[in-house]
Amino acid sequence: MPANEKIRFENVAKSFIVRDPKQKGATQSFTAVKDLSFTVKEGEFITLVGPSGCGKSTLLDLISGLSSPSSGRICMDGKEITGPGLDRGIVFQQYALFPWKTARGNIEFGLEAKGIPKHERKELAEHFLSLVGLSAFANRYPHELSGGMKQRVAIARSLAFNPDVLLMDEPFAALDAQTRETLQSELLRIWQKTKKTIIFITHGIDEAVYLGERVVVLTPGPGTVKKIVDIPLKHRLEDADIRSHPEFVKARHEVWNLLHELEYQGAYI
Amino acid sequence: MENVKAVPAALQTKRIKINFPLNLRKLFKQSIVLVLLALVWEFAPLTGFADPAFLPPFTDVIQALWNLILSGELFHHFAASMVRSLSGFALALVIAIPLGLTIGWYPLARELLNPVMELFRNTAALALLPVFMLILGIGETSKIAIVLFACTWPILLNTIAAVGNVDPLLIKSARSMNISSFKLFVKVILPASVPTIFTGIRMAGTGAILVLIAAEMVGAKEGLGYLITYSQYNFEIPEMFAGILTIALLGLIINQGLSMMERKLSKWKQQVNG
Repeated sequence: MPANEKIRFENVAKSFIVRDPKQKGATQSFTAVKDLSFTVKEGEFITLVGPSGCGKSTLLDLISGLSSPSSGRICMDGKEITGPGLDRGIVFQQYALFPWKTARGNIEFGLEAKGIPKHERKELAEHFLSLVGLSAFANRYPHELSGGMKQRVAIARSLAFNPDVLLMDEPFAALDAQTRETLQSELLRIWQKTKKTIIFITHGIDEAVYLGERVVVLTPGPGTVKKIVDIPLKHRLEDADIRSHPEFVKARHEVWNLLHELEYQGAYI
Repeated sequence: MENVKAVPAALQTKRIKINFPLNLRKLFKQSIVLVLLALVWEFAPLTGFADPAFLPPFTDVIQALWNLILSGELFHHFAASMVRSLSGFALALVIAIPLGLTIGWYPLARELLNPVMELFRNTAALALLPVFMLILGIGETSKIAIVLFACTWPILLNTIAAVGNVDPLLIKSARSMNISSFKLFVKVILPASVPTIFTGIRMAGTGAILVLIAAEMVGAKEGLGYLITYSQYNFEIPEMFAGILTIALLGLIINQGLSMMERKLSKWKQQVNG
């Protein structure tokens, strides 16, 4: 195992039993992901991009340990992942905040799960609320917060119990364009500050290129890695309009091509 | 200063409006129809629209109610009904909520028991009153039992539904933090279920009064239901109406109390019109 390797996928496949549409009552096997092999480096920001149906969410369930692969294995720090753990924090697209808890209460929930004593929880929650700029909203319930604020709380909740790896499942997909851009740069800032390994799943090419040091391009049917693209951008936060940078445009175009090759093939059939 | 003197009439009326406290106007809006209804009740028998023997004027009813209060008779019946309905209701809470949580938590139990529960829920509790009386006698036990029976189903079925309908994403989110099944239940399933369980509790509260009064009308020596039938037999019609008014009031108090508790317990929920 190389020294800076954090997560390794070894020939991971996952199939489900689904209803057979042709025969009533019959079932068939459906393969969501197949032959999946790649590694994530320690402290790396890696984005996974692919069309819908390429098994992105299946992949996230596998890393988080909520389900286990049908074959192959996923290792973290050299040890096979067998179940969920607080060494990984998940941020979901739909926030998944507990509606009966305030912003602070939601953050404290993860801390409680970790077994942190009560008096320390409050302090930590305050710290992470201020990290995402929501100190003034500590006592608000989720329904009193905007979508962007909810997602900040969710990010703070996952960061608070100090996981090694942050898993993000299309976290900004439900937000409006401006809020999304703000949160993207904020996430980069948080990443630089906390040095977490981040696995970020998205279907947005721009988002994948802007955030990721590397972009894993997935193809559907069944989902597998098509190519991993290195993004050589260095000053994402310093450059106000990095999206017009030639390097960005080039990388974006490469990812675009990889994702659309399939469609062209389809056009000839 | 000149300008102040020249305030137009329209603005002056506006000032008068402001002088009326907002809650006073609200009170007026809420009570005006009730007051009108009472007036119709008062004058219908007096003007000959209704037979005063069967519909005595409202003031006669209030007079009868006042006399019943003064003699202590009303409180006696009220207390008897209260004890019965509250005992049955409380027993139903203690039995149905834990049972519902358990059944809701285990899918197999839910599948097995659902048909039975649907059958019982749709059996009118009053249809079983003769059975309860045969087995438990005509004393307190059968009345508390029938209230218990009537209250159990809405609470039980709502609790089961509540547990089954917890947002799977919340469960997934909590599971990903590696918490135990017990903690998941206490910290996620339970709080998420509270609003739906409360809907069942409120339904049960209404049902408790309804069933009890009917049971008291059939066979009892005290209670508001007994007061009503007894007054009717003796042709004390104002007393009968006084009993009916008390029941309406009792139902209102129970429902308001439960609503208040519900609001307190689910204040995190988004108010549709707030």
